[in-house]
Amino acid sequence: MQRTSTEGPDYFHKVVDCQWACPAHTPVPEYIRLIAEGRYSDAYMVNWKSNVFPGILGRTCDRPCEPACRRGRVEDEPVAICRLKRVAADNKEDITGRLPVPVAVSNGKRIALVGAGPASLTVARDLAPLGYELTLFDGEAKAGGMIRSQIPRFRLPEEVIDEEVGYITGLGMEVRLGQRIDSLKALLTEDYDAVFIGSGAPRGRDLDLPGRQEAAANIHIGIDWLSNVSFEHVDKIGKRVIVLGGGNTAMDCCRTSRRLGGEDVKVIVRSGFDEMKASPWEKEDAIHEDIPILNYLVPKAFTHENGKLTGVTFEKVRPEFDDKGRRKLVASGEPDQHFECDDVLVAVGQENAFPWIERDVGIEFDEWGMPKVDTLTFQSTLPSVFFGGDAAFGPKNIIWAVAHGHDAAISIDKLCKAEDLTARPPPGFSMASQKMGIHEWSYDNDPANDGRYKVPLREKAQALKDVRLEVELGFAREMAYRETQRCLNCDVQTVFAESACIECDACADICPVDCITFTDNGEEDDLRGRLSAPALNADQALMVSGELKTGRVMVKDEDVCLHCGLCAERCPTGAWDMQKFLLDMTHAGGSCR
Amino acid sequence: MTYITKPQLHHPLLKPNALGFTRRDYEGSVSTLCAGCGHDSISAAIIQACYELDLPPHRIAKLSGIGCSSKTPDYFLGNSHGFNTVHGRMPSVLTGANLANRDLIYLGVSGDGDSASIGLGQFAHSIRRGVNMLYIVENNGVYGLTKGQFSATSDKGSKSKKGVINHDAGIDLVSLALQMGATFVARSFSGDKAQLVPLIKAALSHRGAAFIDCVSPCVQFNNHAGSTKSYDYVREHNEAVNRMDVIPHRDTITVDYAPGETVPVTQHDGSVLQLHKLAEHYDPSDRVGALAYLQSRQALGEIVTGLLFLDPEARDLHENLGTVDAPLNSLTERELTPGAAALAKLNASLR
Repeated sequence: MQRTSTEGPDYFHKVVDCQWACPAHTPVPEYIRLIAEGRYSDAYMVNWKSNVFPGILGRTCDRPCEPACRRGRVEDEPVAICRLKRVAADNKEDITGRLPVPVAVSNGKRIALVGAGPASLTVARDLAPLGYELTLFDGEAKAGGMIRSQIPRFRLPEEVIDEEVGYITGLGMEVRLGQRIDSLKALLTEDYDAVFIGSGAPRGRDLDLPGRQEAAANIHIGIDWLSNVSFEHVDKIGKRVIVLGGGNTAMDCCRTSRRLGGEDVKVIVRSGFDEMKASPWEKEDAIHEDIPILNYLVPKAFTHENGKLTGVTFEKVRPEFDDKGRRKLVASGEPDQHFECDDVLVAVGQENAFPWIERDVGIEFDEWGMPKVDTLTFQSTLPSVFFGGDAAFGPKNIIWAVAHGHDAAISIDKLCKAEDLTARPPPGFSMASQKMGIHEWSYDNDPANDGRYKVPLREKAQALKDVRLEVELGFAREMAYRETQRCLNCDVQTVFAESACIECDACADICPVDCITFTDNGEEDDLRGRLSAPALNADQALMVSGELKTGRVMVKDEDVCLHCGLCAERCPTGAWDMQKFLLDMTHAGGSCR
Repeated sequence: MTYITKPQLHHPLLKPNALGFTRRDYEGSVSTLCAGCGHDSISAAIIQACYELDLPPHRIAKLSGIGCSSKTPDYFLGNSHGFNTVHGRMPSVLTGANLANRDLIYLGVSGDGDSASIGLGQFAHSIRRGVNMLYIVENNGVYGLTKGQFSATSDKGSKSKKGVINHDAGIDLVSLALQMGATFVARSFSGDKAQLVPLIKAALSHRGAAFIDCVSPCVQFNNHAGSTKSYDYVREHNEAVNRMDVIPHRDTITVDYAPGETVPVTQHDGSVLQLHKLAEHYDPSDRVGALAYLQSRQALGEIVTGLLFLDPEARDLHENLGTVDAPLNSLTERELTPGAAALAKLNASLR
């Protein structure tokens, strides 16, 4: 193999698995260390800069970081990254003084933001300090979008939304609530320099089955029903509830039902348990609240009597796999199963809907009715109109919406400055040696052996009584500290200088996870097989040195490195150093100009 | 010296051996030697060898004297018996322990000061008695603990870190061991585990006095230009006469080397050493030839490494003394005092 190039931001960024997996590339180990030091406000601001909604995401994020976390490959479970973020939000001091101040003088450019959800709010957060005149439209009475309408209050208290949405609207912008945009054409006549559409994926899919019309009074579309609960238009449901669907919305629906009078609540899903779209922890939470999840049942008909829903009939299926491993559900041949119920919540997916965008304004749509959006710039085929969040590429989640918002803000800024939208500078980064003394490092290099700590929950009987009572209590400081000690500090990188190496083997001998090997060079597949511990995880890089004095090379498998720094401690010549990699994501303005 | 202990977290693919132990289970406490010390590599090689041989840690006794090398038994085999003896007296304590309990596996760890200076006599006698042990000298040619004076194994003409030339003749422990009748003699280099680990495995499987002289650079005081025990010097002047694979007796033997180049040697315990010749005319079963070869190469400044001599039919101390098969420490009063009738019979036989 060639000598690994570690120049530029990408190689070491990829080693920080959590940060690489995060759509907004939040510097996770950096804020976890700040939490460990008790610097909650600093930890919060690191998050705020990157993901805009630390308190909200610390409770609701889909956490792509956690499945990626290196700790999960070294022992059973990843670091509780998401809930540590909440610790920063819960324990911070007043940070309003650290937010950007509203700009007194406008730069003369006017931007309209359609929908006050996470994507638009991120665009607003990035553009407001640059002097843009922003107008934020939303059909609801309060800003927040799906954060406010679809996420149940027992998972995310209203005051957290108010606080974090308020930080953004407080940056200086016109917020027009209760004003749903029903014609893009009309909006475009108002001469905005750019329009950002972050209107989400607001339409819940329906199930057109026999009995749907007749029993309509007790069949509800999941996201609409959740929204009605959030805005207090609905406060009860029948005792027996069936939730159809296996995603996170279904989990929110069933848990909300349990709090609004549902005693016998079931989730019934077409697919198997493991293939369900819901995050594992959301399924766990539902099961914890005595909600059974029944699998391999395809809804066939709603049954009703005298115009009232009586239950749902299901066909039993089983999975069958073809040669390519693709799954097909086939009838099992067993008799249909009928479940009685008083209400049904349909949570089988959601769709985009743009009835308010006239098809002749210059925005091209694809065959699925989605706007054609550039994946880099988020620009539509009408140069002044941008899309982001669920409105751009279909339903994803909050953290993706934030990432879209950052990128769209860069594009809008460049458009208004008449610059090339596709010229996007790479993120900045710094590398700083952590060496303090002969065996002293400026980070805590001794990883704890503890297993993952569970976030304490409110007592179940009490939690189920009130739909607005937050069920997770969050980590207390002491427990949070212990959880932070599980973090491996993957951003503190092992940097190797072959010119100093005397091949004494000290690093290879001390490495607790056998990730360093001195051997003859070869092709990657060959090398991976003959290292001290075979490097079977092809997603993880090998760091290969240039040729050493004996003609061999040093190969480090990044896969399960503990970043404990023992290689550098045992190195007599300083060929190894531990250097902190800090990424500075490119946001609108600044380095982008 | 490292301040944190080695994390217990390990590679998820770390394999257990036949006893269910992983390699990490054969480790000891974290080393307090200087970073880059060759001795730490030897510790790692001992760990690897014991793990690969499936040795039960509680059946191993590690004994050492005084010095950097003699500190190392703390850094491997944390679940084995250990005895850190007086300076240079490890061989006699080991001999005594071996006499009392022949069932343990004995590993004597020493250094060039401990074995070639203060303990030279003890070293020689434990070898000539054929004590069943692996005696390993971690040879760095310098007194590291006292900041870099020449030791008895420093080569004549080599230069200290301060620039002083050594005028005394160096003691070659390998030649001495051959002369004293060691039945397994090898030399290796801490920076070459591919060679060292099989040698340790073979020596641990050998019944009789096995000796390994392991050149182990002192990074702090003997790794400079002019030293003959530095990483660079040893790598440039290392002449390996053979390479070896150790095949435990329970495994089937598959030879994948061209015939004539590989010599299988079966030891007492049934394990087979597959010796791959590197030096064409070197014969490790010829003690006299080995001595002559060593001297001639040494005169050229070469460091001969590999398995230098092996007598697979060796006898050990217990065989020479005719002791009973049971460990002496397990004999009870009944066996030790057979009574007046037995004494009378013995006396009669001597008249």
